[in-house]
Amino acid sequence: MAQVISLDSLMIPVSTDTMRQQLESGGCSSSSCGSSDGPADMAPEVWAKVKDHPCYSEEAHHYFARMHVAVAPACNIQCNYCNRKYDCANESRPGVVSEKLTPEQALRKVVTVANEVPQLSVLGIAGPGDACYDWKRTKATFDLVAKEIPDIKLCLSTNGLALPDHVDEIADMNIDHVTITINMVDPQVGTGIYPWIFYNHRRWTGLEAAKILHERQMQGLEMLAARNILVKVNSVMIPGVNDEHLVEVNKVVKAKGAFLHNVMPLISDPAHGTYFGLNGQRGPRAMELKALQDKLSDGTKLMRHCRQCRADAVGLLGEDRGQEFTMDQLAEEISYDPSKRAAYREIVAENRGEHVAQKAAAAEVVAESDTDATVLVAVATKGGGRINQHFGHATEFQVYEVSPSGIGFVGHRKVDQYCQGGWGEDATLDGVLAVLEGVTIVLCAKVGDCPKDSLAAAGIQVSHDYAYDWIESGIAAWYAAAYPSAARLSA
Amino acid sequence: MAYKIVASQCTACGACEFECPNAAISTKRGVYVIDAALCTECEGHFKSPQCAAVCPVADTCVPA
Repeated sequence: MAQVISLDSLMIPVSTDTMRQQLESGGCSSSSCGSSDGPADMAPEVWAKVKDHPCYSEEAHHYFARMHVAVAPACNIQCNYCNRKYDCANESRPGVVSEKLTPEQALRKVVTVANEVPQLSVLGIAGPGDACYDWKRTKATFDLVAKEIPDIKLCLSTNGLALPDHVDEIADMNIDHVTITINMVDPQVGTGIYPWIFYNHRRWTGLEAAKILHERQMQGLEMLAARNILVKVNSVMIPGVNDEHLVEVNKVVKAKGAFLHNVMPLISDPAHGTYFGLNGQRGPRAMELKALQDKLSDGTKLMRHCRQCRADAVGLLGEDRGQEFTMDQLAEEISYDPSKRAAYREIVAENRGEHVAQKAAAAEVVAESDTDATVLVAVATKGGGRINQHFGHATEFQVYEVSPSGIGFVGHRKVDQYCQGGWGEDATLDGVLAVLEGVTIVLCAKVGDCPKDSLAAAGIQVSHDYAYDWIESGIAAWYAAAYPSAARLSA
Repeated sequence: MAYKIVASQCTACGACEFECPNAAISTKRGVYVIDAALCTECEGHFKSPQCAAVCPVADTCVPA
């Protein structure tokens, strides 16, 4: 088995010495270590841009963290899935309102996080309003941070309405990742999603509003693509409103040069006070989302690892450490210390080389299986590309699809944490079972007998036989044992 | 002739502040307020009061 360099030990507090020790004692035993070839379907200059961005590279999201600063509260459109009293519903959880920051406060927060979270690679501005409409605050924040931490990647997310006005500045500021939320390319569909927009000094409603928004979104997308700025398109999947239409959206945004398409499930709950929530509009189930994503995978590269994070999230995708870094916990005076982030990058470079080699080896293992079985495997992981989390501690599972043609990440499923202070909760376990719909086996670092039996009764296996292995290696080993190759059967 | 902001409803997003052509809007104790002496309801500037047109919360930016 591959040598294990657990990235757990890099969770803060951690000294640079600890990281160096990890590096020396662990080392990299693989002969192909150091190879950091990007995926074959990506140009080298594109890979260079995305390789450390957790939102743009599925591989990077195992290693790198992002943070959002909530400096842009003003918005210029109304969406039916958003109630501004609770921030944007798609980036927030019920009842949790983020702290709005001034650009100066944001700088202090970013420097504090950079000093304490070595995984940090990206600073994003995603609202809670619109980063392009609230442009003065967005720009002031990026200018301050870029001066202090020149190597941090800057990205922003927008509804697109004000985007064309700022594309040149975006290019000048070296922001090379922009996300546009595009829920429709047919204004008629848009009328069911956007009650109004504010544009050119007046409020527009109905078809007119949706038409203007659509035109501005397309214009912004084309302008960014023409400047080689990577564009991720987010689409909220709203059953009965735009779910089927998203196939068309995928075609259009791909043709206009979007790099990634990210279809996210509508989050809808009456408690959020949104139009959709109050009117009983439901969100899609995990398998409905997957079915749509599968239909789209021939189009623009599809993102399946999005966690719909808050406008003030901090940490690896799938974790939110925002509460550790609220303004009242930050020091008045703070200066940036680049040493931890630099040391972490060295360690990741080594780890990643090995991970790439292990992935290739895993693909060879499953290719030998004499079966046409395609199964879903859920993995409990804390990051680093390993099966390294206890079943009861998981707040989400990463789901992989495996067949002889390979092992691919297909999405994550969020669950309420099963284990709370050592005691499993039966009510929560029922929720876990529902979330694991379609999954054959769960791979984790450890699991108790009780949840194991309950899952078995529901037809889902759980195993800790592959604890701390690379995710793909563990899946391949399990798959090869479950579906042996013809050669091995006859031997 | 002026507009006012219902403080209990204001989300303090600040959109009204930068749309106001008269610089009549500022923050006070965490929410935005309109200085009635400066407010013209945008007459001579725009067809409709900008603060009310951009406000994301219904019935929050209203005639005083």
